[in-house]
Amino acid sequence: MGPQHPSTHGVLRVKLKLDGERVIGSECIIGYLHRGVEKIAENRTYQQFAPYVDRMDYVAAVSSGLGYCEAIEKLLIVEAPPRARVIRTILTELQRIASHLLWLGTHALDIGALTPLFYCFREREEILKIFEKYCGARLTTHAFRIGGLQYEAYDTFEKDVERFCKDFESRIVEYEDLLTQNRIWIGRTKGVGILTAADAIAFGVTGPVLRASGVKWDIRKAAPYAAYDQYKFEIPVGTTGDTYDRYLVRMEEMRQSRLICLQAIENIPAGPIMAKVGKVLKPPPGEVYHAIEAPKGEIGYYVISDGSVMPYRVHIRPPSFINLQAFDRMVRGHLVADVVAIIGTIDIVLGEVDR
Amino acid sequence: MADEPKEPKPPQVPTGEKPASTTPAVSTPPAKPAEAGAPAVPPKAAAPPPPKPPVVLQTPLDNELVKRFRAKFGAALLEAIEDRKQAILIVERARLVEISLYLRDEEKFDMLSSLTAVDWPKREKRFDVVLDLYSFPKNERLRLKVHAADAEEVPSVVSVWSAANWQEREVFDMFGIVFSGHPDLKRILLPDEWQGYPLRKDYDILQQDTTWVRENLGIESGQ
Repeated sequence: MGPQHPSTHGVLRVKLKLDGERVIGSECIIGYLHRGVEKIAENRTYQQFAPYVDRMDYVAAVSSGLGYCEAIEKLLIVEAPPRARVIRTILTELQRIASHLLWLGTHALDIGALTPLFYCFREREEILKIFEKYCGARLTTHAFRIGGLQYEAYDTFEKDVERFCKDFESRIVEYEDLLTQNRIWIGRTKGVGILTAADAIAFGVTGPVLRASGVKWDIRKAAPYAAYDQYKFEIPVGTTGDTYDRYLVRMEEMRQSRLICLQAIENIPAGPIMAKVGKVLKPPPGEVYHAIEAPKGEIGYYVISDGSVMPYRVHIRPPSFINLQAFDRMVRGHLVADVVAIIGTIDIVLGEVDR
Repeated sequence: MADEPKEPKPPQVPTGEKPASTTPAVSTPPAKPAEAGAPAVPPKAAAPPPPKPPVVLQTPLDNELVKRFRAKFGAALLEAIEDRKQAILIVERARLVEISLYLRDEEKFDMLSSLTAVDWPKREKRFDVVLDLYSFPKNERLRLKVHAADAEEVPSVVSVWSAANWQEREVFDMFGIVFSGHPDLKRILLPDEWQGYPLRKDYDILQQDTTWVRENLGIESGQ
């Protein structure tokens, strides 16, 4: 299956071993989008490499960028000013909603429901418009800089975010009306691709997939970064770890993200948006591993500095890549038609799997 | 992969700069004007920073975990350091699986969040294999490192954490480090027939497997 299959979300190739219609084994063939991002990092300065991370998970570029900037800040031992942290939080949460919307639309499309795609893209468009107004780009945003932000929030930023959040409440209800009680949707997702909590932890699975298996763990709570320690939100968890649970978890996460945005725009502190960092960044020798909660799971950056202007080594721990490892466990015993549902439910982006 | 045109303002080593900028201090970085194009930042007076002693950020680590670890494994713990509040243990390669099992079962580091390698070609044992562990019950991270020379094999930890499977394959793919006991060690991101290991420091960024590119893509590779 693949690499040009329409429902593999990019260039994923899956070798399936079948017994009639049942899958008894599988192997993912990846690497078609490999660009050697980690090698490029060693040949760019710290700032020059920042736009490259947007091109890994290109539907959640803001989150990847946040992880990278914070990792380098940790390496430099600087902190972004409070105003920058709050604006970062808002944009990252909007990005989470946008990423989940894209997931929901395409996942539903794979299973055969066409309508949610149009609904989801309608709202995603609003978020991308906010990004465009903020930094001029919609997908590969490069929204943040090491040390803070380059751009001040534009004049109607709070209003735009508020309007989106107000509208979005009823929009989630629309998606749920279409799917949550839908008999076909339930039939195609309930009991499909079950991943137990023990398996999920052994495979290093993170993000909504892990939470749907019943593990209440979110880096935003476990090791708060940006401004997450200031806001109240819940971590939704599932019980069975099937595709339907993962759907419910992501729906609830969008609601929580919306609440975080609403809390954050109420009080954006005044002040500078950039910490004091030099134009030439030469972090003191040493190493950091910094992880944040991207929409798809833990995205970690392991960066080693040798004191020069270029990183000695950058390793990226992409959530899609690690989560995809559990695919084989989830797919065994299911029908070929369910393979599509399971690929969709892991929520991978091949740009990030292959780097 | 085309080489980008040189930036107008080369961010390379500023030759005319003050030598003090080689060691940015922890608390007060050199007070240069902040990032260009940030109009909201009040322009800082660029006072030349006084020369500062080099910052030592890596200090020996000796906490409870290290004590327990040392009592159990003794000489297998080569070094325990702390860098920016992160615990790093450098351990003996041959006992990696045993140590991993202990950390998973006794110290509850139940998730392997990242496994990678680093190449230090000038060192006698050029490779570091780096494991980042996470403990759900303790909400703690721990970094485990082993050293390996060029042709030395590293024991695979797939039997301890399934998450290591693809990551060890990636390390094999990019560095050529062989993991003994891995269930299916083969390239993962690059084509199976590819020659060379791109993340080694002696592999140039413009280098490619030209034979593979010519045979499989029908083009002459070149930058």
